[in-house]
Amino acid sequence: MSSDLLEQKSPPVPRVITTKPRFTDKVFRAVVTSGGMVSLVLLGLIGFFLIYNGFEAIQNAGLSFLTGFDWADAIPEIDQPAMYGVGAMLFGTIVTGILAMLFGVPIAVGTALFLSYYAPEWLKKPMVVVVDVMAAIPSIVYGLWGFFVLMPHAEYWAKLIHKYLSFIPIFDMPAPVFTRSPFIAGLVLAIMIMPIITAISREVFAQTPPERIQAAYALGATKWSMIKAVVFPYGRGGVVGGAMLGLGRALGETVAVYTVLNLVYDIRIEILLSSGGNVASMIVNKFGEADFVELQALMAAGFVLFIVTLIVNFIANFIINKTARE
Amino acid sequence: MSHQDNPNSTNDREANMDQKTQNQARDTQRRDATRRPVSSHSLADVANSRLSSVGVPSGSSTGLEARGIHAWFGSKHVLEDISLDFFTGTVTALIGPSGCGKSTFIRILNRMHEFIPTAALAGQVILDGKDVYDAGVDVTKIRLKVGMVFQKPNPFPSMTIRENVLSGLKLAQIKIENADELLESCLRRAGLWDEVKDRLNEYGGALSGGQQQRLCIARSLAVNPQVLLMDEPCSALDPGSTLRIEETIRKLSASMSIVIVTHNMQQAARVSDFTGFFLADGGPGRLIESGATNDIFTNPKQQRTEDYVSGRFG
Ligand SMILES: Nc1ncnc2c1ncn2[C@@H]1O[C@H](COP(=O)(O)OP(=O)(O)O)[C@@H](O)[C@H]1O
Ligand SMILES: [Mg+2]
Repeated sequence: MSSDLLEQKSPPVPRVITTKPRFTDKVFRAVVTSGGMVSLVLLGLIGFFLIYNGFEAIQNAGLSFLTGFDWADAIPEIDQPAMYGVGAMLFGTIVTGILAMLFGVPIAVGTALFLSYYAPEWLKKPMVVVVDVMAAIPSIVYGLWGFFVLMPHAEYWAKLIHKYLSFIPIFDMPAPVFTRSPFIAGLVLAIMIMPIITAISREVFAQTPPERIQAAYALGATKWSMIKAVVFPYGRGGVVGGAMLGLGRALGETVAVYTVLNLVYDIRIEILLSSGGNVASMIVNKFGEADFVELQALMAAGFVLFIVTLIVNFIANFIINKTARE
Repeated sequence: MSHQDNPNSTNDREANMDQKTQNQARDTQRRDATRRPVSSHSLADVANSRLSSVGVPSGSSTGLEARGIHAWFGSKHVLEDISLDFFTGTVTALIGPSGCGKSTFIRILNRMHEFIPTAALAGQVILDGKDVYDAGVDVTKIRLKVGMVFQKPNPFPSMTIRENVLSGLKLAQIKIENADELLESCLRRAGLWDEVKDRLNEYGGALSGGQQQRLCIARSLAVNPQVLLMDEPCSALDPGSTLRIEETIRKLSASMSIVIVTHNMQQAARVSDFTGFFLADGGPGRLIESGATNDIFTNPKQQRTEDYVSGRFG
């Protein structure tokens, strides 16, 4: 009897806790899971398709596929092999992306602040709709608008910048051709990515805890000092995440850049000069007349772009999630 | 001197006070009154023990005055014809059941009411002889003179303890010479210095709830307000923290006018010199009775006041 009791007093072992899901729950879980899997699989397939088709080009060129900035078909007459490198276009992608952020983020954050804290009620709703609609306008429209409407003005601004700031190397001008420059492409991209950054910024600004806002006002804060002390620290992560999403879009933008930028396979730091490019618009430029070997190189270029935008988006999501948890 | 119900030495704390105002003598006298050992805590006793020094305040010391205040949210009339004076060097408690408009009333005093889009008001709030709602008044200046402590402690989480205390200066763009001195004196007056003096560069959110609330008090002191409004400052805190904050309130009242909303009758009796009783009774909230705290708790003029303070409703 007593030994029985002793035996039962074995050291405690944590129990395994399980729940038996109900049938409807199982079905729902299956549906949702497969939905989630589909997008993952699609993403994987696209990546695989690109690397599968472009592998040979990357293998042939090696690292110079990333760093080289020639894009030349083979010329059998003089025994010159094909040379494909996305270096110049990758550089151009990054330059236009950075320019788009420099112009676009301040405009977007300013718009979001205006909508959240300054706009009168009657203006707020229509403006939110307008900004959201801007996100849905096809990029060719931005491209055409940029070419015909923005460019003449931007050309003038570029000349001004050049006139007063040409001592800074990036504003230097070897040849006076101001149209179709990375500067103008950056402006068009900025306007394209502005809506998404505005939407996300507005969202995080709206979540600023009201008791902190009240605390600031109760201490004699002006609206602007309240925003600096409360809204910005709270919304910083969200704004950065939104900006990265915008950057992801700017890096992959094809048609708008193709319309307003003069594709030149060269790495030039002068952003006002009519010479630049980005990977996406290069692909669309070359795709029509490409032979098999060049097509492989274009696939490889696509793969590079795919990876770059994927990384940027991952970083964006990471930042947004990290700040959402805080 | 024996003093059972307050383990923290009030003497030490008072010795720390760097402000020597003329009110202090009177204040200390009042403290002595509170220190009488009170074993049976009937509200009347508690209020009585504070009475000795509180006479009728001299008319000249009126710092803040509400005259004929009405308030609406949309078309809902929530406050009707409230007139109440607040005297420098005293604590005024506002009591009454939930929803009778106490918060609305004190938010009207420092113009926080207008942040609610549907809010409207009538009447005047006179600060230093001028109506704070006059056209052309710089509202940020009003809020500097009339500080506020909220129900839920709300330090700025992105700022350190030090930055929190000094945040009012930054927010109102006030430049000062010796920030460190101000930092220390504010934290001392809020009764928090000893607990945080070695961790001034930690974030405010790392403190306990009671410490956070005292940090918020220190923060409002840094801009040197004449009036401090407190909306149920202890309702989210444990009894120990509550005691410390009451102690802080009593010390601060020497140099400013304090208005405290509380649901705790004991607290009203312990810390306040004057009490206003609000009641809404279905319609808009009204000030049923106001006067010396002692009178309100010992022989109120209105039956409803007596019912409320004796716990018969609310
Ligand atoms: N933002 C608001 N919008 C509409 N009605 C409100 C708002 N805030 C408070 N009220 C109403 O005003 C009345 C007074 O509220 P309040 O001042 O918070 O009371 P108390 O602080 O005494 O509990 C209540 O009837 C409440 O429902
Ligand atoms: Mg309230």
